[in-house]
Amino acid sequence: MRDLIALGDLSRAELEDLLDLATAMKEIIRRPVKKVPTLRGKAAANVFFEASTRTRNSFELAGKYLGADIINFQARGSSVEKGETLWDTVRTMWAMGVDAVIVRHQAEGVPGEMAARLDIPVINAGDGAHQHPTQGLLDLFTIRERLGQIAGLTVTIVGDVLHSRVARSDIEGLLQLGARVRLVGPPALIPGGWDSPQVRVYADLREALAGAQVVQVLRIQRERQAAGVIPSLREYHDRWGITPARLSWADAEVLVLHPGPQNRGVEIDSAVVDDPKHSAIQDQVENGVAVRMAVLYRLIGEKGVME
Amino acid sequence: MNGNRDGSGWWKITDVRVIDPYRQQEWLGDVIVGQGHFQDGVATVGETERVEIVAGRGLWLVPRLLDMHVHFRAPGQEWKEDLASGAAAAAHGGFSAVVTMPNTDPVVDSPSLVSWQIAESRRIGLVDVLPAGAVTKTSQGHELAELWKMEQAGAVAFSDDGRPVADGGLMRSALSYSATLSRPIVQHAEDLTLSGQGVMHEGAVSGRLGLAGVPGAAEAVVAWRDVQLAALTGGRLHIAHVSTPGALEAIQWAKAHDLSVTAEVTPHHLFFTDERVAELAFSPATKVNPPLRPESYRQALLQAMKSGLIDVIASDHAPHHADEKDLPYNHAPFGISGLETAVAAVITVGLGELAMSPLALFERMTAAPHRILGLAYRGLTPGEWADFALIDPDARWTVDPGTWYSQGKHTPWRGMELRGQVVAAMHRGRWTVREGEVLPCAAH
Repeated sequence: MRDLIALGDLSRAELEDLLDLATAMKEIIRRPVKKVPTLRGKAAANVFFEASTRTRNSFELAGKYLGADIINFQARGSSVEKGETLWDTVRTMWAMGVDAVIVRHQAEGVPGEMAARLDIPVINAGDGAHQHPTQGLLDLFTIRERLGQIAGLTVTIVGDVLHSRVARSDIEGLLQLGARVRLVGPPALIPGGWDSPQVRVYADLREALAGAQVVQVLRIQRERQAAGVIPSLREYHDRWGITPARLSWADAEVLVLHPGPQNRGVEIDSAVVDDPKHSAIQDQVENGVAVRMAVLYRLIGEKGVME
Repeated sequence: MNGNRDGSGWWKITDVRVIDPYRQQEWLGDVIVGQGHFQDGVATVGETERVEIVAGRGLWLVPRLLDMHVHFRAPGQEWKEDLASGAAAAAHGGFSAVVTMPNTDPVVDSPSLVSWQIAESRRIGLVDVLPAGAVTKTSQGHELAELWKMEQAGAVAFSDDGRPVADGGLMRSALSYSATLSRPIVQHAEDLTLSGQGVMHEGAVSGRLGLAGVPGAAEAVVAWRDVQLAALTGGRLHIAHVSTPGALEAIQWAKAHDLSVTAEVTPHHLFFTDERVAELAFSPATKVNPPLRPESYRQALLQAMKSGLIDVIASDHAPHHADEKDLPYNHAPFGISGLETAVAAVITVGLGELAMSPLALFERMTAAPHRILGLAYRGLTPGEWADFALIDPDARWTVDPGTWYSQGKHTPWRGMELRGQVVAAMHRGRWTVREGEVLPCAAH
């Protein structure tokens, strides 16, 4: 593994290695003094061409906990946003001597193209609707941590799968680790190309939730209403929103995930978000730092220090 | 090479396989060219003329290849392609003539711009540039452009290509008016409200990659509307770069009703599928409109090639500057630089997978587009202009845009091996290409 562009690029062994590594990292986060010198002297650039606080902060903390220097390059609003000098911008970062580039861009494929052009590791922090592999990893990590294993689970992904890079990373990672996936939502928001024996597509929420051990709830954006894909957020909530009553259609021990930020009362009710028995949403945030530490360590760390 | 500069020379191409779709003939023998024209045997060669012998053994001679859908970017966007680089690319690709789409800056929507393109291209030489004029003023889709005046100035077709004539009422008017002309309306069939922000075909591959998709229906609904309008008006409709089974069915319906409707397909839609977008990992070299389609669509196109439903193969050569194409997939412009791979791609897929005869294959790049555009050319007839390409049908070569004459180097064929290479070309009795290279002296 040289870069992290799409979760589907990783073998089962590489995925499991990262999850194991993240377990060790999580232990560091829980220490009173969270700084280890593992990546001291290393530097990574957070290059975000799209607004983000959660993911950017998570990478920044992950790097800092491991002793690396993280610089933030905020490209939003500059001419770079249109892509004109995109490759040059990142080449400049590389010329400054950073050891890795963490990139988020609204256009699908940009991190992969950067990886092809740079001799240092590139970590995809989200590219359009393509992939968000560290989010996928933290979802896998959270499921494994709470339910023990992933193989054999049924995971239902609810909502706007079409525009979701999280869903694509989740699906690839879940399939690689032996889970079955169900996709459910308005048909116009379910992309082609996934339907298979391992990935079933539903329109009816009740059928899609029946017996599911994990529910990943995706954010629904108001602009889908403007685009005419859904009639209203209210109607969406009434048909695909996750409420405590609907959650009872799933497995009794069902785990609820949400990549955030939540639209409470739209795709998910507050009573579900805040339900300590089923909701793993707070865990996801902490685990996000742990898996990003694992990724940074694996890509720019000296081999053999942690093992 | 005496006489090449002014086209007065005499040449004899010996033992060449002539594939002449204009006369529906294929034969092996010698071809004599003198003073710009095909000549009738050695008897016409006077004692004072020196005849240069050109060995044609193993080669095909195909008269006057015409690519009826190219984008040269002059006037206005010469950094992408100008008339000289476009003409050189066309000659290098084996073509004697091209139809240039009018979506330049300004749009070619007036007789003076048509005249300017023709005059400039005559000065450059190499190939005949046959401009298409816009259907509507500035291709904005609101008012008809001066179609008859442009035809008088030399326009051979009318199109708002790059965008569709979206308004049904205006398309009706255009087709109705075209019935009084001898040139077709060339429609870029796309419902923009269905294609939206799409950058590739909407299907399994776009679903996996997360790229916004264009459904096949975006093309099919406009094709169906337009064949209905052709029936209503009796107008001449040519549907450009057909890529969907839905559009093919519309064309079949039109032909079954004896309407004046014809269709064109590109080499890239015959060759590639949307899987190429994934294979080339978001490289904008695969970004083209209409987009590369899935295998089932490609099979339908191949079938329509065989059955004759598709009349024409045209490259939709759409050059851009490297800096413009070198953007993220969503931001890069649509278009493939296609003139210098078209013949080889057609030979590769046409003789390979399609198992068509060379005569039937080249018919779609010679006689058929001439017929559709209302142009006369008599093939290898004594006295006709000596326009032809010499093609080595067995040569295998690797696509390297670094050797191209087009300013546009973006191609999904980069690095691939193709069969069939243009080794020489002649335009009006002048060699424009020898040994695969464009001759600078060919320009007037």
